[in-house]
Amino acid sequence: MTAPVLELRGIAGGYGEADILHGVSLTVAGGEIVVVIGPNGAGKSTAIKAVFGLLRISAGQILLGGEEITGLSTEKLITLGVSYVPQTGNVFPTLSVEENLELGAYIRNDDWRPRAREIYEMFPPLADRREQAAGTLSGGERQMVAIGRALMLEPRILLLDEPTAGLSPAYQHDILMIAKDINSSGVPILMVEQNARQALEIADRGYILVDGQNRLDDDASVLLSSPDVAKMFLGG
Amino acid sequence: MAEFVNFYLIPGLVLGSIYALGAIGVSMLFSILRFAHFAHGDMMTLAAYLALPVVVGLGLHPLAGAVAAAVMTSAVALGIDKIAYQPVRARPTIVAVMISLGVALMLRSVIQIGFGVKIESYSAGQIVPPLRFDWFVILEKHIWIIASTLVLMLAVHLLLSRTRAGKAMRAMSDSAELAQLTGIPTERVVRLTWIVGASLAAIAGVFAAWDTYLQTMMGWFLLLPIFAATILGGIGRPYGAMMGGLIIGLAEELSTYPWITDDPLVSPGYKTGIAFAIMVVLLIFRPHGLFGGRVF
Repeated sequence: MTAPVLELRGIAGGYGEADILHGVSLTVAGGEIVVVIGPNGAGKSTAIKAVFGLLRISAGQILLGGEEITGLSTEKLITLGVSYVPQTGNVFPTLSVEENLELGAYIRNDDWRPRAREIYEMFPPLADRREQAAGTLSGGERQMVAIGRALMLEPRILLLDEPTAGLSPAYQHDILMIAKDINSSGVPILMVEQNARQALEIADRGYILVDGQNRLDDDASVLLSSPDVAKMFLGG
Repeated sequence: MAEFVNFYLIPGLVLGSIYALGAIGVSMLFSILRFAHFAHGDMMTLAAYLALPVVVGLGLHPLAGAVAAAVMTSAVALGIDKIAYQPVRARPTIVAVMISLGVALMLRSVIQIGFGVKIESYSAGQIVPPLRFDWFVILEKHIWIIASTLVLMLAVHLLLSRTRAGKAMRAMSDSAELAQLTGIPTERVVRLTWIVGASLAAIAGVFAAWDTYLQTMMGWFLLLPIFAATILGGIGRPYGAMMGGLIIGLAEELSTYPWITDDPLVSPGYKTGIAFAIMVVLLIFRPHGLFGGRVF
């Protein structure tokens, strides 16, 4: 069996003195969308930040394609093919759409333009707004810029932190469909979502975190059809 | 007309050029390092003195002196950043502001110890007649200063809008955090910002000395109008800083024109007060500056 793209083994850690995660384990296999859900304060976003080197990790291991990446710097992780889209402040507002994409490819030494063309094909609304400042776009379009920027490096795995937060219902659906499309093009995705039900509908598997620990994980369809899960985590 | 252009407008543009070059650096440093760089003026003084042996000793043109001073001042700025500012990068920016005040005093003292406190000149004893075009009279050095400033402004514009490094600078000004998450080498962007800011300050310092003379307090006196220009243009907006510098320089010179009576509107001794007055009025009524920027 080939190694999973991403594997967290018993990760504990936090930002300051106190740990927020107390042993989180999860895997993302090639081609999968994995969604992490759970109540507020469960450490969902924290878990994703741990992967991107933004957390003090006190125990456990993180592996990328079987290679240990625990404790590596964000800069190093980017070069290894990990891309991360933060929940807020994820575009450069005074820069144009095109400049946002160009900077997404900052560490690439080759020509970034062909990749940008692919991104525009993926997000047609952006193609008409290349020269527009990203800060003047709608929330959904901004999210497209943010995801597009993260895709400029053709990452081995894409980390999305609540991509639908603060969007209108129509855009929430669009963004999740985009995530599905990106995944279909071959990019594994690890995503944290508040819209648990909608996210599980596009996901392969889901993990439920509570108090910084794994509570439950299973195929997304199993989680969606479980009455207990529905009652406790999907709002009935 | 001739009097107005030759003795007020041109000197105003020259002064404005010097302010603008200083203000671009202050504005860029503020937007990327997030602190008000109080040592900017004394960095200009240092540059003016560093050019002295090049211009007077080697007998080279002051523009060559400005280039040499830009290289040397950039090196000094990078060294100071490494020693003084990098260790406090993660601390509240007021720490860096206070350090820059200390750096300003230290730079000035080093200059005073190294070069002495008496007034120096790039062209002691030389009298250069101005160029005459009918009624229009201009000193050759004023043409150089204004033209070089325009070229440098264009260069800054091209850097910020056309190069990846310049776009990375603007990205960091938008969000240093996101820049880091994107893989932009933020410390390298910081170093580039110092090189650009220090080079422009150095050239401005040499221009100021070339226009008049060298004096160890010159940069300190330039600091207030430069900060006024930065605020006028909107802090963190290099294009605004260019405009702000020219406006403050022109305002200072034109305020001494006999607009109403035969006497100067404002006595030349109070010229510097104009920059101060503009700054106070702006901070009260338009703290974002004329073109919109951060609030100090």
